Amino acid sequence: MRKIFGILSIIIVLFLIFSVLSGINVERIDIAGSTSVQPLAEQLTTEYSKNKPNIKINVQGGGSGMGIRSASQGLADIGMSSKELSDDEIKNIDVVEIGKEGIVVGVHNSNPVDDLTTDELKKIFSGEINNWKELGGNDEEIHVITREDGSGTRSAFESIVMDDKDIKNDAIVQSSTESVKQAVASDDAAIGYMSLAHMGDEVRPVKINGIVASEENIANGQYELQRPFLFLVNKDYSNATSEFLEWVKSSEGTKIIEDAKIIPSN
Amino acid sequence: MNREKINEFLIEKGLFITAIFSIIIIFTILIFIVMEALPAFQEYGFFRFMFGMEWSPNDDNFGVFTMILGSIFVTFLALMMAVPLSLLCAFFMEEIAPNKVKIFLKPVIQTLAGIPSVVYGFFGLTVLVPLVREYFGGTGFSIFTASLILAVMILPTIISVSQDAIKSVPHDFKEASFGLGSTNWQTIRLIIFPAALPGIVTAIILGIGRAIGETLAVIMVAGNVVQIPGSIFDPVRTLTTNIALEMGYATGLHYNALFGTAVILFIIIIILLIIANYIQNKHGMDIGGGTL
Repeated sequence: MRKIFGILSIIIVLFLIFSVLSGINVERIDIAGSTSVQPLAEQLTTEYSKNKPNIKINVQGGGSGMGIRSASQGLADIGMSSKELSDDEIKNIDVVEIGKEGIVVGVHNSNPVDDLTTDELKKIFSGEINNWKELGGNDEEIHVITREDGSGTRSAFESIVMDDKDIKNDAIVQSSTESVKQAVASDDAAIGYMSLAHMGDEVRPVKINGIVASEENIANGQYELQRPFLFLVNKDYSNATSEFLEWVKSSEGTKIIEDAKIIPSN
Repeated sequence: MNREKINEFLIEKGLFITAIFSIIIIFTILIFIVMEALPAFQEYGFFRFMFGMEWSPNDDNFGVFTMILGSIFVTFLALMMAVPLSLLCAFFMEEIAPNKVKIFLKPVIQTLAGIPSVVYGFFGLTVLVPLVREYFGGTGFSIFTASLILAVMILPTIISVSQDAIKSVPHDFKEASFGLGSTNWQTIRLIIFPAALPGIVTAIILGIGRAIGETLAVIMVAGNVVQIPGSIFDPVRTLTTNIALEMGYATGLHYNALFGTAVILFIIIIILLIIANYIQNKHGMDIGGGTL
């Protein structure tokens, strides 16, 4: 019995020493926030830490709101947000825009409608237009699929398309880009919005005001449905954090951002 | 002598601490949830919160009544499907099935319990939702779809717990019944079922607990629309999905309101447990002797 205790306590002591030591040598950067920015942030950090063994970067989700909160309260070194900050939120935060992302409106592959104006979109999502027939499609009720309140994609979509109108109350709510895509892919009367980076051939993107959702059109601003990807840092950030942010802006970082179908900002 | 006394004392207290540990955890969680929810109740008003029809965090409207209904409808419909199915299955396995079948059935049902809920959800989203849309109209995201998935998810819980209840009915009861010339079905219906009833009620309550608390699978197939459904083929939002959907983004009063939703869920579950205890006690006495 005593032996076991002895061995156990040695293991615990060793473990403690080890974790303290590794904590001294390694510098940590905590990143948290928008789940839309998260995959990109993960790619950036994996690439970055390959050459920097003594920096440990930890990326967490939680949503844009959480990103803003953790940056302003200093809970994380970098907060991620996929929506612009209000004046109230921006108080003690520095904003670094790393890129722009397009939001794509997708319909079922068999749907004949392939061009919508922002005004038509607004009417569809607010419930004024209920049938595909009115848009030159088949005589079928439109099934509107939206994201949950607070989602970065939703708030971007609302501020660009909806202005004063609300998305109709009986629209189906899905909790991720992936499940919106699934829902649209399996329903020939559905319409939903999702980020360009997650597009696949399961659903067909429609043109907005006659303009295709391509990287070029997003970069030059012609395609209207786009939102910023922001890194938020508390005003007194560490050296490690600023080095990382510089690297993100370098050509190496820019390439990764481009590969993820995000349009880097200069 | 002295040493034995100390040992005895230590063991007794040690057991006491482990026993009280779960109670401490429950109370810690309860206090934390209520504390976090309090600002929402104070600022918005408890009754307005509970019976409010409108939930729109952006306009500071926090009424959860539609979600209370949503949770109850989905759970109730799931029970309607799962209870008869699983009780019959439990009786079959315990009383009728030959050993060979039993050996095969038991692990299969256990596997059903082991499938993660996200897998159920994804199956529902890609298979059931289109099917329901095709045969019943609407969008396919509905109370019906959600309860179908939930029914499958709670089957193993109800089956295995009620199976234990059936197994624990004393063998004498059965022998006496056969001795009086009853058939197998009469024995099951008139002797074993009433004797096992308290255990079966427990099984159903555990099933309700699982169904009302399930979140991930429901999020994917229920449509999550805040409204009072007109039929079982309309989409709904349940209490649990409301919390899971918006927790990541919530700040301020919205954040507190989500904890308020959790408090309501807690209250519903406590009410259910009280009802279950009441039924159990009452039937326990009816059977006589209080031996069961």
